[in-house]
Amino acid sequence: MLDWIDLTLAFAFIGGLAIFMYVLMDGFDLGVGILFPFLPGGEDDRDIAMNTVAPIWDGNETWLILGGAALFAGFPLAYSVILPALYLPLLLMLIALIFRGVAFEFRFKAVTSRGAWGYSFFFGSLFATFAQGVILGAFIQGFEVEGRDFVGGLLDWLTPFSLMTGVALVCGYALLGCTWLILKTEDGLRDWCYRLAPKLLLGVLIFIGLVSLITPLWNEAVRDRWFTFPNLLYLAPVPVLTLLVAAMLLTTVRQRRDGPPFVLTMLLFLLAYGGLAISLWPLAIPPDITIWDAASPPESQVFLFVGLVFLVPTILAYTAYTYWVFRGKIRAGEGYH
Amino acid sequence: MDLDPLTLARIQFAFTISFHILFPAFTIGLACWIAVLEGRWLLTGRDIFRQLSEYWTKIFAVSFGLGVVSGIVMSYQFGTNWSRFSDIGGYILGPLINYEVVTAFFLEATFLGVLLFGRDRVPRGMHFFAACMVALGTLISAFWILSSNSFMQTPAGYELRDGRLFPVDWWQIVFNPSFPYRYFHMVMACFLTTAFVVAGVSAWHLVKRRFVDHAKIGLSMSLWLIAVLAPAQVFVGDLTGLNTLEHQPTKLAALEGHWETYEGAPLILFAIPDQEAEMNHFEISIPKLGSIILTHDPDGVIRGLKEWPAEDRPPVLPVFFAFRAMVGLGLLMVAIGFVSLWLRWKGRLYDTGWFLQTLRFTSPIGFLAIMFGWITTELGRQPWTVYGILRTEDSVTPALTAAGVLTSLTIFFLAYTTVFSAGIYFLVRLFQRGPEGGVRAPDLTANRPKRPFSAAPEAIEPGPSGRPTRISPSAAE
Ligand code: HDD
Ligand code: HEM
Ligand code: HEM
Repeated sequence: MLDWIDLTLAFAFIGGLAIFMYVLMDGFDLGVGILFPFLPGGEDDRDIAMNTVAPIWDGNETWLILGGAALFAGFPLAYSVILPALYLPLLLMLIALIFRGVAFEFRFKAVTSRGAWGYSFFFGSLFATFAQGVILGAFIQGFEVEGRDFVGGLLDWLTPFSLMTGVALVCGYALLGCTWLILKTEDGLRDWCYRLAPKLLLGVLIFIGLVSLITPLWNEAVRDRWFTFPNLLYLAPVPVLTLLVAAMLLTTVRQRRDGPPFVLTMLLFLLAYGGLAISLWPLAIPPDITIWDAASPPESQVFLFVGLVFLVPTILAYTAYTYWVFRGKIRAGEGYH
Repeated sequence: MDLDPLTLARIQFAFTISFHILFPAFTIGLACWIAVLEGRWLLTGRDIFRQLSEYWTKIFAVSFGLGVVSGIVMSYQFGTNWSRFSDIGGYILGPLINYEVVTAFFLEATFLGVLLFGRDRVPRGMHFFAACMVALGTLISAFWILSSNSFMQTPAGYELRDGRLFPVDWWQIVFNPSFPYRYFHMVMACFLTTAFVVAGVSAWHLVKRRFVDHAKIGLSMSLWLIAVLAPAQVFVGDLTGLNTLEHQPTKLAALEGHWETYEGAPLILFAIPDQEAEMNHFEISIPKLGSIILTHDPDGVIRGLKEWPAEDRPPVLPVFFAFRAMVGLGLLMVAIGFVSLWLRWKGRLYDTGWFLQTLRFTSPIGFLAIMFGWITTELGRQPWTVYGILRTEDSVTPALTAAGVLTSLTIFFLAYTTVFSAGIYFLVRLFQRGPEGGVRAPDLTANRPKRPFSAAPEAIEPGPSGRPTRISPSAAE
């Protein structure tokens, strides 16, 4: 029989993986949506940009459902505290995802309402991202809990910090989308992305810096985690690597290379995500409910774990297969069907 | 009824799930229909099957998209509005929903990309495989979600500790007493729904004398399905009812309209149940038939609602009528199936005007029957969310505010109306345009810029000139 303490860790890992996969994968297609109205070549470029993600966005978004479901199954207490606390930002995210999701189908079928569905795609992507950033900020701030219930108010999440993380994520996804378009497109559109990427990168670095400064300032636990000896030594590589990756990203964009900027942006996200995980570990509901307090019982964990061990690698394999099917540059006038 | 958070949360749940179920009801059947068409194309090499498949795939893409976005709302709503329910039932329902995501949703969503956009990029066999995986995904999805819903109807394999549900036997949980019936009843309902839409659209094309060859295939295949499945559905529905009699007696009493306990219960055909007075007005009934159907014994005992305290009874009137509406529609489906067999035998299936017109108008009846079925099931479960264990009023989020739910309900309502109207508009356009390779509209691509295409590569709104704008994919290559 599996030891259930380990399983709680395993579920924290699976949940964390699902959320991270979501951030990366839906991140770049939301980013494409954020850049959508600004693309240089008008409707033609918009068609190309949309077609770079049309066959895969749905699979990407499924990681969001897995994130929610893994929380529900692995840490039902966290699910039932955090979701009510984030009522309004979640509402914003869901509505935005609706308008964005249907735009994929509707925009290509529309003639007179084509522009409207383009905006539906843009605003949907923008607000979904912003809401996710706000949710992240609110999570870092923590929630007011009594017994097993959230007891705070409808607007507890609303602070300058969470609004800032909202904008930060918009900037971050835009960078992911930008480097994705570098990978998948050519000519004028790609040139435009090469010029845009450094600006977005600067924005992302500023926001990473701000979060790294503010969080330890008002949160003692985070301060202790990072700025005491010997943690300082072990953790120093995280900021150093971040700067290194950013520098490489800038260089490869200057060299006008196609693939590396996207990979490096993903690495940048990995480091930022890792940094946050270090700060918040092992909390399931900040400020003080840990993953062990919130975990489901071993009976539930074992039942689910047995399946996940086979299913998650299978999912990754066929996801990789579809990315491979749709590899390569997307050109104008080249239909996928 | 005042607008407390509980009432609002219930209205919101009912509204969002009713909206969501419209799309699975259609896509589950459609995915299988597309897989069958692809398979027949692979086997016979007849291009008409590919054209039909491509045509229905475009319709599928629109419905599926709407199903996905409305489904995501559902999975977050458990947490936002029903946090007590999530906390108390999470140890059991969480893993079930999680299995749905990892066995079904990823499969559907990932292979959907290949199905819609991969025709020129993968070998034919692979494309057929993708169609099968999407279809399989929808069936697996229905498996898990119906298992969790059935658990809420007829809980089994659990243990209560500190007021929370702990799993004891997963086999009993997944295959709880009502699950097998509910699964078959629902999947057959989905197939019937799709069959009626395909039959209706094909009949309409035949009436208009367009796409005749395609329409004949669609009509014939869907009517075979209806002729077989509609009677089978009545049979499975009857078994479902017997199961309900055993496990949810209050629900059964409500859908039969029985207040008193009878030895030899009548079958009530019509009545106006009155919750306050605990009786029926204007009752029309057949003596003893109720007991004969349910217990196969004219003097069998059927318990009436008065055996339970008033606060444990479901609202009788809507359950009673929803059930009759579903059964009525089911019998209508059987009738249509028989008529189709008779006309087929006479060789008049494709040119009997009144029958084709009937099919046009009955194309939405599957959706209606499914909606009435779920109203029977879900309202009949009240006042419980987990039957006999957790009351609806104890399931709701304690921190929920009327202002919060009212905001979200209003916004969902507005968003769904917008998106739904647009979706219906595009679907109707697709139905009108008919499959490729039928009567071709004039090619207008010459003076339009080349564009890449989505799953439905051709824009389908009328152009500014009023003529349908049409970009033929083959011409653009
Ligand atoms: C019997 C079928 C059935 C029922 C009762 C439900 N669903 Fe559903 N759902 C499906 C059958 C389905 C499907 C066939 O798998 C869908 C419909 C169209 C689609 O895109 O997938 C889907 C989509 C879908 C999605 C998006 C999946 C994706 O990205 O592919 C989610 C998150 C949910 N559903 C969640 C729910 C929840 C929480 C429900 C209950 C409250 C629910 N569904 C009822
Ligand atoms: C798919 C078709 C479904 C339809 C049309 C449907 C319809 C409804 C309706 C009308 C209610 C409101 C009853 C009331 O409060 O008066 C309800 C309640 C509920 N249903 Fe369903 N339902 C469906 C499927 C499901 C499934 C699959 C689940 C769970 C896995 C589920 C879980 C619930 C819960 C938790 C409630 C409690 C909220 C409440 O009682 O209002 N439903 N449903
Ligand atoms: C005419 C014969 C039919 C009978 C006797 C019948 C019987 C039943 C019964 C007793 C229930 C309630 C199950 C419960 O206790 O929760 C039910 C539910 C339901 N029915 Fe029917 N039904 C019939 C036809 C149909 C048809 C034609 C459709 C749709 C095409 C349909 C769709 C549904 C659905 C979607 C549900 C809710 C899900 C479920 O509980 O399985 N039914 N039916």
